[in-house]
Amino acid sequence: MAETILELKDMRVRFSTLDGAVDAVKGVGLHVKAGETVAIVGESGSGKSQLMMATMGLLASNGQAAGVASYRGTNLVGLPKAELNTIRGRKITMIFQEPMTSLDPLYTIGDQLMEPIMHHQKLGAGAARSRAIEMLKLVHIPEAGRRMGSYPYEMSGGQRQRVMIAMALANDPDLLIADEPTTALDVTIQAEILELMAGLQQRLGMGMVFITHDLNIVKRIAHRVYVMRYGEVVEEGETAALFAHPRHPYTRALLEAEPTGRKAPPPATAPRILDGTGVTVSFKIGGGFLSGPPIVLKAVDRVSVSLRQGQTIGVVGESGSGKSTLARALLRLLPSEGAIRFDGRDIARLDKEAMRPLRKELQIVLQDPFGSLSPRMTAGQIVTEGLLVHEPSISRRDRDLRAARAFEEVQLDPLLRNRYPHEFSGGQRQRIAIARAIILKPKVVVLDEPTSALDRQVQKQIIELLRDLQSANNLSYLFISHDLAVVRAMADHIMVMKNGVVVEQGSPDDVMDHPQDPYTQRLMKAAFVNTANG
Amino acid sequence: MTDVAQHPAQQGRSLWADAWGRLRANRAAMISIYYLIFMAVICIAGPWFTPHAFNTIYQDYNRVPPSLSAYPKPEMIDQAVKDAVKRARVELDGWKEEGGKILITVSSAKPIDERMTRYIDRSSVFENAAVVDKPADGLRMTLGADIERQHFFFGTDTSGRDLLTRTLIAGRVSLSIGLLAGLVAVVIGVLYGATAGFIGGKTDEVMMRIVDVLYSLPFIFFVIMLVVFFGRNFVLMFLAVGAVLWLDMARIVRGQALSIRRQEYVQAAEALGVTRTGILLRHIVPNLLGPVVIYMTLLVPQVIILESFLSYLGLGVQEPMSSWGVLISQGAKNIPSANWLLFFPSFFLTSTLFALNFVGDGLRDALDPKDR
Repeated sequence: MAETILELKDMRVRFSTLDGAVDAVKGVGLHVKAGETVAIVGESGSGKSQLMMATMGLLASNGQAAGVASYRGTNLVGLPKAELNTIRGRKITMIFQEPMTSLDPLYTIGDQLMEPIMHHQKLGAGAARSRAIEMLKLVHIPEAGRRMGSYPYEMSGGQRQRVMIAMALANDPDLLIADEPTTALDVTIQAEILELMAGLQQRLGMGMVFITHDLNIVKRIAHRVYVMRYGEVVEEGETAALFAHPRHPYTRALLEAEPTGRKAPPPATAPRILDGTGVTVSFKIGGGFLSGPPIVLKAVDRVSVSLRQGQTIGVVGESGSGKSTLARALLRLLPSEGAIRFDGRDIARLDKEAMRPLRKELQIVLQDPFGSLSPRMTAGQIVTEGLLVHEPSISRRDRDLRAARAFEEVQLDPLLRNRYPHEFSGGQRQRIAIARAIILKPKVVVLDEPTSALDRQVQKQIIELLRDLQSANNLSYLFISHDLAVVRAMADHIMVMKNGVVVEQGSPDDVMDHPQDPYTQRLMKAAFVNTANG
Repeated sequence: MTDVAQHPAQQGRSLWADAWGRLRANRAAMISIYYLIFMAVICIAGPWFTPHAFNTIYQDYNRVPPSLSAYPKPEMIDQAVKDAVKRARVELDGWKEEGGKILITVSSAKPIDERMTRYIDRSSVFENAAVVDKPADGLRMTLGADIERQHFFFGTDTSGRDLLTRTLIAGRVSLSIGLLAGLVAVVIGVLYGATAGFIGGKTDEVMMRIVDVLYSLPFIFFVIMLVVFFGRNFVLMFLAVGAVLWLDMARIVRGQALSIRRQEYVQAAEALGVTRTGILLRHIVPNLLGPVVIYMTLLVPQVIILESFLSYLGLGVQEPMSSWGVLISQGAKNIPSANWLLFFPSFFLTSTLFALNFVGDGLRDALDPKDR
């Protein structure tokens, strides 16, 4: 029987805000044994991150922690900072979600790795250096010795996350806390990182707490699971048992949140509505008066798309594959080469003024529900902004009525239309963004990762909403996503992109179950480890 | 549908309302705001209620120290009587004070003209001088006069003017220069910076290089040149100060506009077909206002200090008008003999600047989007 490393009893976290106290965590108990991986699952706002932050003494200044967090008999809550620091960063370490910002851009990887080693283990620079290189090799960074001198910007997201893991492991911790370490990464890289972490955990025999909202990751990596909701643990148990027989209705809802269903392709007679032939988008990097000729980068290289009425084309690929750029070029939001026909009319050469009336028909819903709504306008104003442009004659009262109707269409309470974006949840905001697009009765809507920033359950609701809207209004979608499960539920045709080129396309079942191209095969393998049943 | 028309939609709480709530919770900032309001009110209304005009000269009260009790002090009466009688070229035999009135006995070798009471009246200590008793030979005379009671709470300056009134009047000038020149700088800076940042590309390059050129002009030479060409006047101060300070504002606003232009909500607006003006007015400017308001509160003290500096050099406001900077520069020359001349104006200036900076800090905390 392995010994218990960390035991939380009745942990509470309270934040004092302008609107009074908010209880983020309401009495949670859990324990982690040596060599065990424990997952904490929940939607955003369930308090799962705050629980571990409180344990580590990292709460924001308006947060208050109470309860017992005992690490091998020492209560971490309320421990003086000096004593806490002998444990924190040495015996318990953390990895955060965002690999882009958790490394200091001004120091080399080597400096950042060596500093905690020298600090905690009292080693000299030489010894620390060889330890750091050893750690980089452990996390499979090629050419570890040379990479010591690299700056964070020289590395990819996946490599940075590996460096973060190396930093966390450098002092032989007893316990590693990983807060959504793979959420910001592409599927293929996500799979590699998870594999690495599972392997390291077994080899080094430490305990691991894995915070995530993604049940598929839990299934792969965790021994035991705690399900959190509204600051409380609603269910806990061995992973296999919990997945086989979920007891709490919330756990069942989480498990069933996987998007389901298929979309039937439109009839073969459906007219072609948006047609791109040989679309190429190139960016010039650098260049100018003193720096010589610019480097030309082709983000999209001779891609042809044909979208028919009522059809949904799913565009998949990793970040940087050019899928968003392609969509923006088709909407003429970016300059491009090649022919683009909309409704039988060539729009590739139209200027801004000539495009303006057509904007009504071609709409876009963007990924980030926090960034795509102007924070100083009310939801109603945001939704009706397009009416100001395309139907300038209607009165303020009518606009308000149209806003209310659009709110009903996306299943939001119309009474909320005078609220501001920050008063809505992520899913509600995405509904507002969808309302903004459909209020103009467009023919084509580009959906640029509309569900990626949302929790699974909310994702499912948004997908259902989008499908309903499509069949009600006979919309055509260009659906961009890196999440293959979502694409499968939404699209009747799939294009796989890599480095600006379409490497494979076809019906979802063909592409997903029998991929031909080696890249597609790799993508499907990584994704299916995550999404399939085993 | 019908219920939509019937029920009024719920009101949301805007970011501004949020920020106001946070500002109200910040005690230092709120006290500073009240202090600034108080300062503005006493500077504007105060001079009407003080007993002296800002340019009245009291010859007998040069550099009298601040005091809560009324002037003249007993020992000053003697001196004042001697001075007045001396000016009338008669001999002083004696004087005594009786219930707020003074009786002066004078004598002379020649008969005394009754009109000599004017010499007594001319002193700022006495008024209503009149002959009380005059023997037949006319060589002696007793005069009666009221003692004029004056309050100088802040003392007087080297020319004998009331410092309290002058400090308040100077406050009017300093505050209005601060506010107006600050406003000029903000308006020019926001328009220029937002245009450059939003249009971007070559236009942005050219506009910002112009700013760079203006930055490289030495400020003091620029002001001296303006003074030489146009003479000294009040409006010039706004021009000079505003013309220099909008540069910072333009840079800050341009940077903000550049980053807002890349926000997804601007992209979304472009996809809706919103015109450039629409985007600028509905999306860019409202989202810029936070930093602008913060910078404005920090700009006003900067302007006041610049004005003080120019006035200190003698390029600013001219006598008998005054500003805090002018008063401080005069006070600095009199530190050994009359330190109150420095103390009061500098207290007013520094406490105001202090309060402004506190408000600026409070606003920054309240409006900072990183908080949410």
